[in-house]
Amino acid sequence: MKDSFKARKFVIISIIVLIGSIFIIRLFFLQIIDNEYKLSAENNVLRYVVQYPARGLIYDRNDNLLVYNEAAYDLLVIPKQLKSFDTTEFCQLLNINKEELIANIIKARKYSYYKPSVFLEQITKENYGRLQEKLYKFNGFYVQKRTLRKYPYKNAAHTLGYVGEVNQSNIKRDRYYKQGDYIGKSGIEKSYEKELRGKKGLKIRLVDVFNRIKGSYKDGRFDTLTEAGKNLRISLDIALQQYGEMLLKNKKGSIVAIEPSTGEILALVSAPLYDPNLLIGRIRTENYKKLSIDTLQPLFNRATMAQYPPGSTFKPINALIGLEENVLTRNTKYSCNGLNTKPIRCSHDHYSPLSLISAIELSCNPYFWQVFKSIIENPKYDNTNEAYDNWRKYVKSFNVGEKFNTDISNQTKGFIPLDKYYNKYYGENHWKALTIRSLAIGQGEILISPLQMANIAAAIANRGFYYPPHFYKNIEDDNFIKPEFLKKSTFPFKKKHFETIIEGMFKVYEGEHGTARWYKNDSIQICGKTGTSQNPHGENHSVFIAFAPKNNPQIAISVVVENSGSGAKWAAPIATLMIEKYLFGHVEPNWFEENIINTNLLEN
Amino acid sequence: MRERKGIFYNIDRLTVFLYLLLVFIGWINIYAAVYNEEHKSIFDLSQNYGKQLIWIISSVVLALIILMIDIKFFSSFSYIIYFLSMFSLLAVLLLGKEIAGSKSWFQIGSFALQPAEFAKFATCLAIAKYLSAIDRKMKSLKTKIFAFIILLFPAGLILLQNDTGSALVYFSFILVLYREGLSGSFLIFSGIITVLFLLTLWLGILYAGGIVLAVCLFLLLLIKRNRNNIFTLIAAFIISGGFVLSVDYVFENILEKHQKTRINVLIGKETDIRGAGYNVHQSKIAIGSGGLTGKGFLKGTQTKYNFVPEQSTDFIFCTIGEEWGFAGSFMVVLLFSTLLIRLIIIAERQKSKFSRIYGYGVCSILFFHFIINVGMTIGIAPVIGIPLPFISYGGSSLWAFTILLFIFIRQDASRSELL
Repeated sequence: MKDSFKARKFVIISIIVLIGSIFIIRLFFLQIIDNEYKLSAENNVLRYVVQYPARGLIYDRNDNLLVYNEAAYDLLVIPKQLKSFDTTEFCQLLNINKEELIANIIKARKYSYYKPSVFLEQITKENYGRLQEKLYKFNGFYVQKRTLRKYPYKNAAHTLGYVGEVNQSNIKRDRYYKQGDYIGKSGIEKSYEKELRGKKGLKIRLVDVFNRIKGSYKDGRFDTLTEAGKNLRISLDIALQQYGEMLLKNKKGSIVAIEPSTGEILALVSAPLYDPNLLIGRIRTENYKKLSIDTLQPLFNRATMAQYPPGSTFKPINALIGLEENVLTRNTKYSCNGLNTKPIRCSHDHYSPLSLISAIELSCNPYFWQVFKSIIENPKYDNTNEAYDNWRKYVKSFNVGEKFNTDISNQTKGFIPLDKYYNKYYGENHWKALTIRSLAIGQGEILISPLQMANIAAAIANRGFYYPPHFYKNIEDDNFIKPEFLKKSTFPFKKKHFETIIEGMFKVYEGEHGTARWYKNDSIQICGKTGTSQNPHGENHSVFIAFAPKNNPQIAISVVVENSGSGAKWAAPIATLMIEKYLFGHVEPNWFEENIINTNLLEN
Repeated sequence: MRERKGIFYNIDRLTVFLYLLLVFIGWINIYAAVYNEEHKSIFDLSQNYGKQLIWIISSVVLALIILMIDIKFFSSFSYIIYFLSMFSLLAVLLLGKEIAGSKSWFQIGSFALQPAEFAKFATCLAIAKYLSAIDRKMKSLKTKIFAFIILLFPAGLILLQNDTGSALVYFSFILVLYREGLSGSFLIFSGIITVLFLLTLWLGILYAGGIVLAVCLFLLLLIKRNRNNIFTLIAAFIISGGFVLSVDYVFENILEKHQKTRINVLIGKETDIRGAGYNVHQSKIAIGSGGLTGKGFLKGTQTKYNFVPEQSTDFIFCTIGEEWGFAGSFMVVLLFSTLLIRLIIIAERQKSKFSRIYGYGVCSILFFHFIINVGMTIGIAPVIGIPLPFISYGGSSLWAFTILLFIFIRQDASRSELL
C-alpha cells in the first residue's frame, strides 16, 4: 500500500527538534546567563547566625566588680511557622494584652514572612522560665539569648555611661555594627567600646524549607569565632565614689578626686545622680525620657561638663604668675581696707598690710587685685594686650580652655578669653587691668570645669607637673598604659614658687585665720583653697580645691556645691571628708559630717 | 528457538540502551532528591530510591516477558486490552483510593497502582488496531469520529478522576492522526487555539479580539479576493471571535480555582512566589543555581533541604538541573530528543501499519510528557502534574512506560516477519 503521508514524519521530527532546542536555549539562560537564581538558592538555604561575645567586665582600682553581664531573653517569631495557638494563655505567660500580640505579629510580618524577627525584647527571667516549658505549644516562636549590663553598686553612672542600640550614624561610621547591635553610648562604655565589645562571630548555617537548621555550611569553613570582650580595670575607688555620692545627696554639684602622681581619677561625682541600672534593656527608653526632662538634669555630668568662674580658688595661679614674672615676692605686702577697699573690696575683715602667704590664707581680694595689676601693667610689655596675652599663656598651661585628650567622654573646654575678645568688647586700647579686674579673683569671663579645677590642685600638689586625668588602669592582665596617659605636662613656674603658694594653702587649714580652719584634721596635712563663685544664676557656688598630704600628696580634689554660699561652708568640709575617707578608708566622727549628709539644698 | 534468539538479536539496541540509561539516571537522581543521612544506602528499601530499584528490576522482567510474547498477541488482543483498561478506569472511580485530590489509585497491600498509567498503552494499541484496518481512511468522517471516541473515552474517565494532567496526554495523539492523514489544518488549528487561548487570558477579550480582527483584515489584503476565500475568512473570524469569548467564559466560570491560578502563574499574571507560583519559582531557582556543571552529586541545597516539592516525582528534573548543571540537563534533553526521533525512525521502517501507528503513539505520549514535565520545571509550561517518563519515581508509571515502549520494541524486532 502506498503511504502518501510518509513525508509528514519530517514535520513531526521538526517539532521534536524545535521543542528540544527551545528547552536547551531556556536552560542555557536559566543556568548560565542568569545569576539571579544562584543568589536566590543561597538566600534559601544560608542563614547567617551572629554570635554575640560577652562584653568585657569593668572593675575598680581595688578589683571590685562594677559592671557585669546578665542574660536576657528576646522572644523571636517566624510568621510563616505560626500555627493557631491559645492566645489567652500566651498573653498571660508574657504579661501582654491581645492588641500588643497582634500588633507585634503584624510588625514581624512586615519585616519578613520567613525570617525571624524580635517579637518581644528582653523578657524577664521569670517570664522566660514559665514560657520555656510551654514553648512547644507555640509554633514559630523562639527565644534568643542576649546580655544586659548590670551595675551591682548603682554608683558612678556618669563615669560608666551606658550601652544602647546602635543608630544609623554608628552603622555608617563603623561597618562592624549591624542594626540591633549594642554600642557604648557614653562614659567608659563609649571610650573603651572597641576593647569591651570583643568581636562578633558568624556561623553560617544551612536550613531547610521549614527554616530548621540542618548543619553548618561547608563544615564551618567560613564561620568566624567570637572573641570575648576584654575586662577593664579603671582608676575609680568605688568606696570613695560611694561616699562622695552620699555627701552630695540632695545637692547640686560635683566632686573630682585625682591621684596627683598618675592623673588617675579616684572619684567623679555629679549630683543629682541616677542609678545606672535604670538605663538598661527595655526600661531604658522610658527612664531616659524621664531623666532627660528632670529640671535638675541628673543626666548632665557636672563634673566634666559644667563650667564655673573658679572664684578665689584661682588666686594661687595669679600668685604663681606674679612670682614667676618677678612682680611679686613672698614678702610683698599690700594693705587692705576690708569692705571699703577699691577697686575690689575684701570680703573679710582682717589685719593689714599682709604678705602673700597670709593673703592666700585669708583669701584677700585687694591683695590679688594688686598682684594682677602688677602682672598686666608690667612695664616689660609694650601694652596691655601683650601683658594679658602673656598672663593667658600661663593660665593655659593648666589646660584651661582645652579638653583633656583622654578617656573622659564628655568634657567642656572651659573658657579663657583671648585679648581679641576684650578688643571687641571694649574697643582696641580701651581696656586695661582695671577693666578686667575680676580676673584677679577668678571672676569675670573665665570659666573652669570641676575636672580642670581638680587638675589644677593635682598640678600644685606635684609642684609643677601633671598627667592628664583619666580612668584607665589596665586591660585584662596587661599592664600596658596608653602613652597619652603618660604624657607629663610641665609648667613655666619654678618649683620654689609652688612651695610658696602651698605654704599659703596649708595655712588655709592650719592658719589662725585660715578660711577652712574649722575643718582642720590633726592627722593629715591638708592644703586647700576656698572659692566663692559668683554667678548670674542665683546664690554663689561653694567651691574648694585641695590636696593631701602636703608632702607626698595622694589625692587632689575639687568640690563644687551649686548655689550654696561660700566655699568654706560646703565645698571645704566635703573635700576634707573625701580626703580623710580616701587616706584612711574611713572617717572619724566629727562635728560636720552628719550635717552635710542630712542637709537638703535642693529644697530652697 | 531460532525465532526467540532472533528476537533478542533483532531488538533495537539503541532504544534499549537509551531506555536503560534514562532509567539509571532516574534512579540516581531519585536517590539524590530524597537522600537523607539516616538511610545512606541506595538499596535501602524503606526509601523511595530502594523502592525504585524494585520497580526497575521488575520493569526489566516485564520487558523480557513482553519480548517473549508472540507478536500477534498484541494486535489480536488490542481491543480486549483496551476494554479491560477502560473497565479498570471505571472501577477505580468506584473503588479507588483518593490520593492528593485524585481518585485514581488502587491500593493492593502496600502497593498502589494507577490504572490511568496503563490506559495509555491500551489506548495506543486500540487506536493502532482501529486505524490499521484495511482501507481505513483518515479522510472519512466516520474514521475521525471513531478515532476521537477511542481517545476521548479514557481521557473523559481520567478527567472524572480529577487527574487533568493524565487526561491531557491523549491530546498528543493528534500527532499520530496527523501522520496517518488527518489534515494538517487540525495541527495548525490546535496551535492557533492554544495561542488564542493564551492571548485571551493574557490580554483580555478586547485586545485578543482586536488582534483576531487585525490578522483577518491583513489576510484579506493578501489573498485573492474571490467569493470562496472571503467566505472562509469571515467564517474563521466568527469562529475565532467566538472562541475568544468562550475562553473568557470558560476560564471565569468553568475552570476550578487551582487550575486558573496555575495558568495565571504560567502566563505571568500571578507572581505570588509564596502561593501558586512557589513550586515553579523554587524549581527555577534549583535549576538556575546549577550553573554549567552543577553543584555535584548529593550537593544540591535546594534539593537536599526540600525547597522544591514533589521532587522525586514530577519535579525530578530540578535535581538533575541543580546537581549536574547545564551539562546534565542538556544531556537529558538530548537523550530524550534522540529517543523520540529514534522511535519515529523505527516506526517508519515498520512494514505493518499497526506497528507504525503504535510506534507513533509511543513517541507522541512520551513527547507530550517530556514537553509538559520539563517545560513546567523551567517555567514555560503550566504546572500539570505528570511524570517524566523512565526518570520520575513511581511504580505504575515506570511499569506502564516500560510496557508501552517494549511492546513496540517487540514488534520492531519481528518487523521482517510479517506485513
